[in-house]
Amino acid sequence: MNAIELRNVTKTYPLFKVDNISLDVKQGYITGLIGPNGAGKSTLIKMIIGLIYPDTGSIKTLGSEMHNQEVNIKQRIGIVSDDCFYYEHLTIREMRRMIAPFYKKWDDKTFNTYLEQFELSPRKKIRDLSKGMKIKFSLAVALSHDAELLIMDEPTSGLDPVFRRELLDLLADMIQDETKSIIFSTHITTDLERIADYIMFMNQGKLIFNEVKDDVLERYTIVKGDMDLLDSDTRSQFVGIRETAVGFEGLADNRAEAERLFGNYALLHRPSLEDLIYYSAKGGRNHA
Amino acid sequence: MNILISNASSDPIYIQILTQIRQSILSGELVAGDNLPSIRQLAKDLQVSVITTKRVYEELEKEKLIDSVVGKGCFVSGVNQDFIRERRMKQMEEKMHEIIRESKELGMSSQDLIDHLTLLFEEEQTP
Repeated sequence: MNAIELRNVTKTYPLFKVDNISLDVKQGYITGLIGPNGAGKSTLIKMIIGLIYPDTGSIKTLGSEMHNQEVNIKQRIGIVSDDCFYYEHLTIREMRRMIAPFYKKWDDKTFNTYLEQFELSPRKKIRDLSKGMKIKFSLAVALSHDAELLIMDEPTSGLDPVFRRELLDLLADMIQDETKSIIFSTHITTDLERIADYIMFMNQGKLIFNEVKDDVLERYTIVKGDMDLLDSDTRSQFVGIRETAVGFEGLADNRAEAERLFGNYALLHRPSLEDLIYYSAKGGRNHA
Repeated sequence: MNILISNASSDPIYIQILTQIRQSILSGELVAGDNLPSIRQLAKDLQVSVITTKRVYEELEKEKLIDSVVGKGCFVSGVNQDFIRERRMKQMEEKMHEIIRESKELGMSSQDLIDHLTLLFEEEQTP
């Protein structure tokens, strides 16, 4: 079962294009969406939640297309975003009063528990909340109506490390129920490195891959070595290379082949997701 | 049962978890019938991917160390521990044969090999 299905989705802007994307987000898992700035991550998420429509292609969220079933779908998803969708002049309590009636499965008890856990006072105005507190508030809303799909766009950028770790626990709690799914876009890849099951990687408006995280980290490798090892042949192995006076460091997309080519002459180790983003953005070559 | 994951280790996380659960079973810390945490609970506790813990359990099931019962979770299997130990001894013997062949190619005597092994064994014990 898929929580989200995209088929040949294209959206063109004057200077930017999300190009022919097909992908599945699996139900019951946490999928991380990564990529450099301007890769198209937010555009993709906006299309999934129906804020913008694709020029061509189809998107199914929780089994239906947004334009047929908008209210039904939005009942069943929770959204946490870097942008604040709420009225700044209202207090948390007043905002709750506006939001709650929209959701059939709204649960006040859960909501209050989260407010307490996140140390948010219901009397506080939205405008007076810090960036991190706004995110906590929208998370409390997103988790209080039994959403089947949680969509998070850059949720961790305003959060301190303490709450980021707690967030990982909250997300893991949510998918204890295997019918629930989470999609999570972020630059702070260490969070995803811990808990994501699948990684979708976008660059320059294209989907580079959508795979099991453990497999991705096994397939790529960092190679560090002497500049003498680089010639036109070995260079072609790399997604991106950083060359300095004291050697090179690069990301290769076929570990077995890199091991065969460089063997004991170079140092090979597991990449981080951040390495993947850095070298892909730097290299400019598309790989998979 | 404790599971400790090291970020400094070159072993993938999946292997680290697998080895430690296997060790707990073979050492008798976990006995037949003991309940293991669910795949999703274990992923949560260790803050790792569900797919990682799923792979671990699948591998343990393949090794017949655990049984999974739909709707009830995973249990340490009732298979005789001696049988498992014997099977692992056999696997180790195969590796030993390989080492013996290698040492012959290098022109080592059996005493050379034993000495070398003793040295490595001691190294392993002093952290």
